[in-house]
Amino acid sequence: MSKPRVTVLKYGLGNLGSMVNMLMRAGAQVEIAENATDVRSAERLILPGVGAFDAGVMALQTSGVHDVICERAGAGLPILGVCLGMQLLGRASEEGNLGGLGLLDAACVKFDFSGDTELQVPHMGWSTIHARHPSELLDGLLEQSRFYFVHSYHLVCKNKEDVLASSVYGREFNAVVGRENIMGVQFHPEKSHRFGLALLQNFLKL
Amino acid sequence: MAGYRVIPCLLLQQGGLYKTRQFRNPSYVGDPINAVRILNEKEVDELVFLDIDPVRHVRGPDFELIKDITSEAFMPFAYGGGIRTIDQVKRLIELGVEKVVLNSSALEKPELVTEIAATVGASSLVVSLDVRRSLLGQYSVWMRSAEVNTRNNPVDLAVQMERLGAGELLVTSIDRDGMMNGYDLKLVEQVASKVKIPVVANGGAGSVHDLGEGLRAGASAVAAGSLFVYHGKHRAVLINYPNRQVIDTLLEGIQA
Repeated sequence: MSKPRVTVLKYGLGNLGSMVNMLMRAGAQVEIAENATDVRSAERLILPGVGAFDAGVMALQTSGVHDVICERAGAGLPILGVCLGMQLLGRASEEGNLGGLGLLDAACVKFDFSGDTELQVPHMGWSTIHARHPSELLDGLLEQSRFYFVHSYHLVCKNKEDVLASSVYGREFNAVVGRENIMGVQFHPEKSHRFGLALLQNFLKL
Repeated sequence: MAGYRVIPCLLLQQGGLYKTRQFRNPSYVGDPINAVRILNEKEVDELVFLDIDPVRHVRGPDFELIKDITSEAFMPFAYGGGIRTIDQVKRLIELGVEKVVLNSSALEKPELVTEIAATVGASSLVVSLDVRRSLLGQYSVWMRSAEVNTRNNPVDLAVQMERLGAGELLVTSIDRDGMMNGYDLKLVEQVASKVKIPVVANGGAGSVHDLGEGLRAGASAVAAGSLFVYHGKHRAVLINYPNRQVIDTLLEGIQA
């Protein structure tokens, strides 16, 4: 049986090492995409990313992949956005001025704990998640699954059915979102050892 | 969901993993990549590697090795050793290092702490204080691989570092390092009671019970080296880490 193919987008933000290694551990044949041609031939696409929203949008445009991602998304390509990658799936973010991919009807909002001085921004640490709607991405994951989060902004979805799982940091926020072939996780599966591995293994089955 | 953290804190030197006793006599323990792979399987939530080679003070971090390590680590990874400039910090973060650990450079150039906090955020910045206890029971912070006495006490420095922007403090007892006789709980308590930022106790843990004592003394997280690297009374090298359930059962609810 051949290994599932997955393509990880390299668009200049952060180190892909852990993601690539974890995907290999999950049994995938991993390819790195750096341009539109690479994305076009993908069977599954992971959109990673760390840093600021506008920097992410610009990087997608500079790499020339913005349009082909949208095109292939429309054709049913399974796409998993991770951390900033998930935020870029939305329309916009309070963090920046540019528009995201718009593949999900959602926008990013900053954690605001003014008044509550105990909680720091960014949210940085391990948290458990609570499933809100069934999904193949979260299929079989243990109830006590926890994941590593680092973020100051969180994605708010217009449609409640797009929220697949939530977590809590001062307030409830969306941890996993998705609509059909477009999915996103706010946490870093590649930094969440066996829990992240289980989630990526599910993605590889889609 | 438990708030405490149990963190393997291991030492690097020339690409190998080492353990010391009271910061002396580094003894080879194994290959760091191999250790990371084992710890991945043990579901370790956070890992700290500190490069103790004095050459780091001059050459800075070994970026190639660090890149290999972070790529292999399936958990957040913190690195310390020879970090002196903001560019080095940025490069480390770019490589996937979650937190940078500053020791001598924070003490020699405190404004660096503020600069780093402003650039990458306080939550990515750990200041490490190595502490020796005098015969008369007074604590003093040492730096440069425990060669230079700053003649300042850890509580004063901890408070100063917090004010300058450190997000977290790693407090290591030089005397207890590698001895596996428990943390210097008085030291932990003194520092933890004076700062709001998390204090990570380090140096001396010999059992999971000791980890609990560290939390009881006020540490937000507990780190250990020998405990996770040696096994048995003859200190055979065996990278190990307690089962998650063992940790949860013994430590849950302790947090002061």
